[in-house]
This record gives sequence, C-alpha cells and structure tokens, in this order.
Amino acid sequence: MTELRDRIKGTIEQEPVVAFIKGTHEQVFCGNSDRALQALRGVGAGFATVDVLPDPRIREELSALSDWPTIPQVFVAGELVGGADIVQELALTGQLEATLDEKLGETWRRPGDERTVSVTDGPGLRVVPNA
Amino acid sequence: MVAVIAAGIVGPMSERLEELLRGAFPEAQEVGVLDRTGGGDHFHVTVVDSTFDGLSLVAQHRLVYDALAQPLRDGTIHELRITTRGEA
Repeated sequence: MTELRDRIKGTIEQEPVVAFIKGTHEQVFCGNSDRALQALRGVGAGFATVDVLPDPRIREELSALSDWPTIPQVFVAGELVGGADIVQELALTGQLEATLDEKLGETWRRPGDERTVSVTDGPGLRVVPNA
Repeated sequence: MVAVIAAGIVGPMSERLEELLRGAFPEAQEVGVLDRTGGGDHFHVTVVDSTFDGLSLVAQHRLVYDALAQPLRDGTIHELRITTRGEA
C-alpha cells in the first residue's frame, strides 16, 4: 500500500465525517461536491473535507480504496455513505440524520464546524501540482 | 428545420448508455438516460429494478457504476447523476 493511500485511509478512519471534494469547504469547484456539503450543512453536521484537486493521485488512490469512481465521496465513521446523489437523497428523507446518529451518536451535531485537511502535506510525500 | 441541441435530446452517447444499462438490468421496470446539457457527457440515469430491493443505495449505485464502467473509465462521461429504486 502506498504512503498516500495510507494517509487517505487514516483520514477516513480518524475523521467522524469526511468529504473528499473538488475544492475546499470554503471554496468548492464542483456542483456535485457542493451538493454533498449542502446536504451535510442542512442537517447541522460538522465535517472535514479533503481537496482531491492538488494531485490526481489522491483521486486514484481514494477510488482504489473505496471502489467508488466519482467525486465527491462522503464517509461517516470510516464507511462510505455515498456520493452527492445519495447524500442528498438521504438528507431529503431524513435518513442522513439517522445514519449519523447510528454511527456517531449525538457527537456529529456541530453546525459550522468545518475544516479542510490535507492528505499530501507532511514529510516523505512529494506533492505534484496540477498542470 | 435545423435540429436544436437541447438538454434531454437523445444522442449517440445516450443510446450507448441506455444499451449498457439495459444489458446490465435486462428485467428493469424503467431505464432512463437524460443528457443534462445536450453535450453528450453530463448524464442523469435512472434505473428501477427489483435487483435493488433490499440493497443499500451505495450498493445500488455500485451496480450502475459497474454497468457504465467503460464510458466512466475512458472519460466519455464527465458527470453522472444516478437515481435508483427497487420495485418492492
């Protein structure tokens, strides 16, 4: 397993709610990524985001790990909950809150608690900027 | 009359996706492919099939991704929205 894949896996396992998106929580560069974040915001969830754009390998390694070909990908308690369509549908039917309750108890209710984490920063990994 | 490219028009890519989906879900009650922009690369597909009964949405969408693996891999699909439903 590559070091990058290890870091992605670690982030998925450590963050209660993490969305891999195009952009950051402050500046989203894709309508689908935005739909996923809006669904999480709509239920008042705190979340971390990981930007897949700085290095194409992030997306490759993520999809290899998750067996999910598209971005965004939302994970709760280490498990893939879905892409934009699923997360949006779950939010509309009330099942997103139920899923968060079931996996995280009440701890996920942290409206506005949003941050972007990097899986490429740190020693030993060379970040290849987007062409 | 000159044909106007508009969202929802049936183009060769839409037909190819529908063919792939019908092949993967031969018993489907409904298979729909909408070209969202008319550009032949942004699609919304809908599949209603009893195969989905009892499966999680993640598992349902994975089956659709599997059916469309080739056009997803070769980049002819830039964006894909998926709606799935079981029949139960």
